[in-house]
Amino acid sequence: MSFQPYVPPEQLMKDRSEYARKGIARGKSVVALEYVEGVLFLAENPSATLHKISEIYDRIAFAGVGKYSEFEDLRIAGVRLADTRGYAYGREDVKAKTVANAYSQALSSIFTQQMKPYEVEILVAEIAEGGTATEMYHLLFDGSVNDVHGSVGIGGHAEELTQHLDDAFREGWPLDEAVRAAVTALSAVEGRSVEADQIEAAVLEHSRKGRRKFRRLTDDEVVGILAAS
Amino acid sequence: MTGPLFPEPGTPGLIGANPSFSDLLRGARAEALPATEGMRAEGLTAHGTTVLGLKFEGGVIVAGDRRATAGYEIADDRMQKVFEADTYSAIAISGAAGQAVEIVKLFQVELEHYEKVTGDRLSLEGKANRLAQMIRENFPLALQGLIVVPLFGGFDERRDEGRLFRYDATGGRWEDEEFHATGSGGRGAKGTLKKEWRPGLSRDEAIRLAVDALLDAAEEDVATGGPSLSRGIFPTVRVITAGGVEEVAEDELRAAVEAVEGERR
Repeated sequence: MSFQPYVPPEQLMKDRSEYARKGIARGKSVVALEYVEGVLFLAENPSATLHKISEIYDRIAFAGVGKYSEFEDLRIAGVRLADTRGYAYGREDVKAKTVANAYSQALSSIFTQQMKPYEVEILVAEIAEGGTATEMYHLLFDGSVNDVHGSVGIGGHAEELTQHLDDAFREGWPLDEAVRAAVTALSAVEGRSVEADQIEAAVLEHSRKGRRKFRRLTDDEVVGILAAS
Repeated sequence: MTGPLFPEPGTPGLIGANPSFSDLLRGARAEALPATEGMRAEGLTAHGTTVLGLKFEGGVIVAGDRRATAGYEIADDRMQKVFEADTYSAIAISGAAGQAVEIVKLFQVELEHYEKVTGDRLSLEGKANRLAQMIRENFPLALQGLIVVPLFGGFDERRDEGRLFRYDATGGRWEDEEFHATGSGGRGAKGTLKKEWRPGLSRDEAIRLAVDALLDAAEEDVATGGPSLSRGIFPTVRVITAGGVEEVAEDELRAAVEAVEGERR
């Protein structure tokens, strides 16, 4: 029989947090900004196919930073949860809050019970039907949830990024201004200019026809917006 | 994943996320799936009757009448039998109405779920195959009287053309190069399509032909409902082109019905 040395719980949690934070800090950040038509998500992402930003349901979107395999795992779990709920009950019964709560439970139990925590931070946003109220939930690797408004940055330099975004944020601004502010904030934090062809951007857009409000911005669209500044 | 909030996919041992929603549902909430067994069930649900599809220049049209019957009774005169499956395809159903509507609902989520999980839309071929599997799963119920026979039309983005698929109750799948009609009034509708269809029909001609064929079906078959100008009942017609699925508006259908009836006077 082997004996495990005693490690105080404080130390254990501290070690795990540090491990997760280090992992997250290695990856690139994502920002989310409310604008007049809904929510904009924007990230620097050299890959055109391995997305950080995705659709969960009609009015709900997801963004993840950190280890790809882990936030991809969470993304798919979220799609499964939302589609199952929406099928068994009604489409309007699927809420970002439900998805965020499920993520929080899952991340929290992974953090405390598994060998290593997930090295991820995620964002779940929902635009409300008809109205202007937008919900955004920022989840950390240990399952803690923050309800955020206006603008937020997640990832390695989250605090600095959010500060930049908060300074630039204007209520009810148009999409092009929000895109430019997001790119400016990312560039400032990275200490170099973020190129237009390395940007992944998507929106939840009230005016989009049909029930699915998620839309990816094309490269041309982003290049056009940035060139116009 | 952990906990019941994150249902496991129904295929253990596979690498990668299973993009099938019906597999997921079978594991997580089997009671929400369309039933696949029961006692002899004939007569328990209304029957949807005539649906048809035809190709035209630039795409494919799927249409259906609005009647559902239960024995000798008209159960519904405004039933929808033609549904948008996703942006580029539509499905029409004839047969046991309750079961058919459930299968359509499941098929719609199946396509959207696949798209969200994998990040790619299924090919039209893939959608048509998946539908065949779902009809095959319904076979035990078909034996008990709940037959569901769909017609599936969509725009194939890779081939750049509209395509039409018909099915039988066992999940057999055939592609139609021109047109097809099924349901109790299918034979009547098919006669008209056979006489009038030609390659390269325009959109408006094709809509008119669909209306014409449904009118003939209603004349030949008691279970098929004809249009009613006074009560505002018109067939459901969906046009699928490279631009997606479009539901033909009531004004346009009214004009088509008036034109077809005018020719017959």
